[in-house]
Amino acid sequence: MNPLISTLITIGVVLGGVLGGCSYLIWLERKVAAWMQDRVGPNRVGKFGLLQPIADGMKFLLKEDVIPSHVNKVLFLLAPTISVMTTMLALAVVPIGPTTTDSTSWQAMIAPGIDIGIVFIFAVTSLAVYGIILGGWASNNKYSALGSLRASAQVVSYEIPLGMSILGIALLSGSLNLETILQRQAEGGIGSWNIWFQPLAAMIFFTSALAESNRLPFDLPECEQELVGGYHTEYSALKFGMFFLAEYTHVITVSFLMAIMFFGGWNFPWIATPDSHYAGAWIVKFAVLHTKVLACITFVMLLRWTLPRFRFDQLMGLAWKVFIPLSLCNVVCTMFVRQFSLSWWWLLPVSLALVIITGLISMTPSPKRAASPLQH
Amino acid sequence: MAIQDKEICWVSEPELSFWESTFLPAIAQGLKTTVGHIFDNKTVTQEFPEVKPNLPANFKGVHRLNRDDEGRVKCVACFMCATACPAHCIYIDAAEAPWEDRDKYPERFVIDELKCIYCGMCEEACPCDAIELTSEFDISGQTREEMLYDKDKLLSIFDQTVKLPKDPVRTHGGVLGPASEIVQPMPPGKVPPPLPIISRPANDSSH
Repeated sequence: MNPLISTLITIGVVLGGVLGGCSYLIWLERKVAAWMQDRVGPNRVGKFGLLQPIADGMKFLLKEDVIPSHVNKVLFLLAPTISVMTTMLALAVVPIGPTTTDSTSWQAMIAPGIDIGIVFIFAVTSLAVYGIILGGWASNNKYSALGSLRASAQVVSYEIPLGMSILGIALLSGSLNLETILQRQAEGGIGSWNIWFQPLAAMIFFTSALAESNRLPFDLPECEQELVGGYHTEYSALKFGMFFLAEYTHVITVSFLMAIMFFGGWNFPWIATPDSHYAGAWIVKFAVLHTKVLACITFVMLLRWTLPRFRFDQLMGLAWKVFIPLSLCNVVCTMFVRQFSLSWWWLLPVSLALVIITGLISMTPSPKRAASPLQH
Repeated sequence: MAIQDKEICWVSEPELSFWESTFLPAIAQGLKTTVGHIFDNKTVTQEFPEVKPNLPANFKGVHRLNRDDEGRVKCVACFMCATACPAHCIYIDAAEAPWEDRDKYPERFVIDELKCIYCGMCEEACPCDAIELTSEFDISGQTREEMLYDKDKLLSIFDQTVKLPKDPVRTHGGVLGPASEIVQPMPPGKVPPPLPIISRPANDSSH
């Protein structure tokens, strides 16, 4: 098949899947939130409220699109576009299904065989902060500006542990290409999934990714109680929808990365291994990968309604005082294991030890404030 | 008066134990609670249009004008309710009564249900139990004019609600509605609160 046509088809599939997926994930999130809070959730439009996402989408399209008179129009219109574009671009190098090295067949990936894979994703998704900053700045509104300032500080800080946490995987796999990373885990079976060798990195990556995508408990850029709506206060209708879509797409991308980099992608013992060539194996592998992704997204939703929001200094402290040193230690340990060709299983106890050491360090009492002279 | 040293209580931050300082058990505990609610979902939502809420018998909803035993409007157009109304939402046009037993009757009796604050003062003020608040609350209209309830509308609300088990019980004379039969069951192990006893000082000679 003409590679141009097949790529266009893939782009169509990915875009359609992400847009549809996003709207139904919002439905799922509303349902999960409702169940957690002993409510019913959307149940008016269609059976179980299943048509609710379509109604919401129609509402976004048909609502009056207000552009306040005091905004910088060019930047105001540019911001949501940048947000959506960057998050969508990141999906280009994510394998959405099993891929092969055979370049003539159709690949479940927009741009197969990109060696800078993860670096590309981080480079592009960190551009998403431009959308937020421009949105907040162009709105010419103090709440939006505060929200975007918080967002920029947060995203820039968490980029470091995010990038650092996947260095270990790059060292173990010898590649930044997501397909290669996935292939190495798939060939070794469940015992060689990266989660066993990099559990600490997985935790840091997941938490930093939550912060990157501005999800709770790190949603300071848009915390409703303090900032009205944060950087998208002035946005309405489709432009607000685009910000929303960008945020959700980010969560999807991150979940794909979690599933592919740490949980073996489409690999699952017995039913989806590189050797399974039974009829429909492709479908099974596809389903396994997407089940893992869905599980990750559901976990993000569960966390959202479980953890309270961080204070801003706690947020910064977590990134700079905990995650960056921890991920550095993790990288050093991984280098050590690689350099001296030790068993990779050493990395599991080492990660646990690092967590325990962190706990012990934060347990040591901080220097007491000068005792009151009145106490003795 | 200045604060004494011995009155000052110095509070210090509680020290975290090892597990507390990793925050992981706390997160797991929180997840246990939230996930537990997903699988053990005791929904408290009442799906309103299908399920009507079980309102208390003394709920103050939309008004009605009571009829007497002969089906005539009970109101004698004394303007007590309109005077008592803090929202000034009652308009009465009095006219000579066509009946022997009273002097006046309301030719027009309009309540602006949008202005009304549903305080029940009209009901309290009425000397002949002619106006009452029912437990109906889901009233709506397309225009403001529609929400001006006239005498016919208010009498028709009486016709609709008089047979309901939630017929008002707040009348202080005449025949009580069915809701007066409702016995509010006390949860076991709870004693009813004692009635407040208002005692007057013995040397109060004003009365």
